[in-house]
Amino acid sequence: MAANVTTPGAIEPKMWMGGIEPMKASYGKLMMWFFLISDTFTFSALLVAYGTARFSFPAFSGKAEDFTFSNMYWPIPEKVYEAVPFLHGVTLPLVFVGIMTFILIASSVTMVLAVEAGHRMDRESVEKYMLWTILGGFTFLGCQAWEWSHFIHGTDTGSVMKVLQDGVWVNKTVFGANLTENQYGPPAFADFFFFITGFHGTHVFSGVILNILIFFRSATGFYDKRGSYEMVEKVGLYWHFVDLVWVFVFTFFYLV
Amino acid sequence: MAEVHHIHNQDPNAGAEQRKAIWKTFWILLILTAVEFLIAFTVPHGLLKVTIFIVMTIVKAFYIVGEFMHLKHETKSLIWSILVPVIFVAWLILALLLEGNAIFDAVFD
Repeated sequence: MAANVTTPGAIEPKMWMGGIEPMKASYGKLMMWFFLISDTFTFSALLVAYGTARFSFPAFSGKAEDFTFSNMYWPIPEKVYEAVPFLHGVTLPLVFVGIMTFILIASSVTMVLAVEAGHRMDRESVEKYMLWTILGGFTFLGCQAWEWSHFIHGTDTGSVMKVLQDGVWVNKTVFGANLTENQYGPPAFADFFFFITGFHGTHVFSGVILNILIFFRSATGFYDKRGSYEMVEKVGLYWHFVDLVWVFVFTFFYLV
Repeated sequence: MAEVHHIHNQDPNAGAEQRKAIWKTFWILLILTAVEFLIAFTVPHGLLKVTIFIVMTIVKAFYIVGEFMHLKHETKSLIWSILVPVIFVAWLILALLLEGNAIFDAVFD
């Protein structure tokens, strides 16, 4: 085959015959795309499971003002996520998670600016924008650590839940949440919170590690020597994907 | 083996158009998120609100994947290779939401 292709006029080269790039993307970029598709399946599985569990649970039927935490129905998210660091006792629904969304979108912008600088072989700009992206990633992880810590420790008063203990239904004050107890609603709600935001946080963490590697390699002139900054683009794809997943988590976990 | 071609672009205006498109996308994403917040506290809970949120999320996804991940400017075969599996995933989500509803009916109705 290969011999035929290199002989001009012997066989007319066709799109999918080999020896040419039909998708006009390098091997590495294509494999990153297909990895991201497989990662999409994993995240969708988590969100699908969340949706199924949520739709099979009763929803809170009263007015939003009268809402109280109970394990008998699914909570209203804006009543669960209303704390902001340094503002103890102030009710600010969804404000903190909004800030986290903004941080991630901003770091996506600096990432794509680094990719654009890489196209121009502008090493200084690549370094600058990679540093901003790494900073954004760490800030997001810090925010998530606080969010988890608050979720685990719970509110000052806790909430009274009817739980089954040794075969008897008893009223018990529950503080915070873990995999078996949850002051905000059914235990399944906390389980999904930990699994979905935790899996996403793991992705952010590995993304930050990759970003640091890219920064180090561009700062030491590795990509200049190679003559191409395409690696920035590939890791950029991964970083944007992490941002994309957060957009979906934000909608389905915090808004709906 | 490695094809070394230094395309050192000294022109300061190089890529200016791309940078403009990047910032435009950023503002669109920011405004969409802000509007989502507004809707979260003004529109009553229900099917309408959920529909608005899902549509806005898909629009945001379109801008992130299309512009930031550059998929809009790739070849048609690459675009479809990514898009087709996602369409099946969307169907799976819908199917299992209906399934969840059926479980609810069986247990609580």
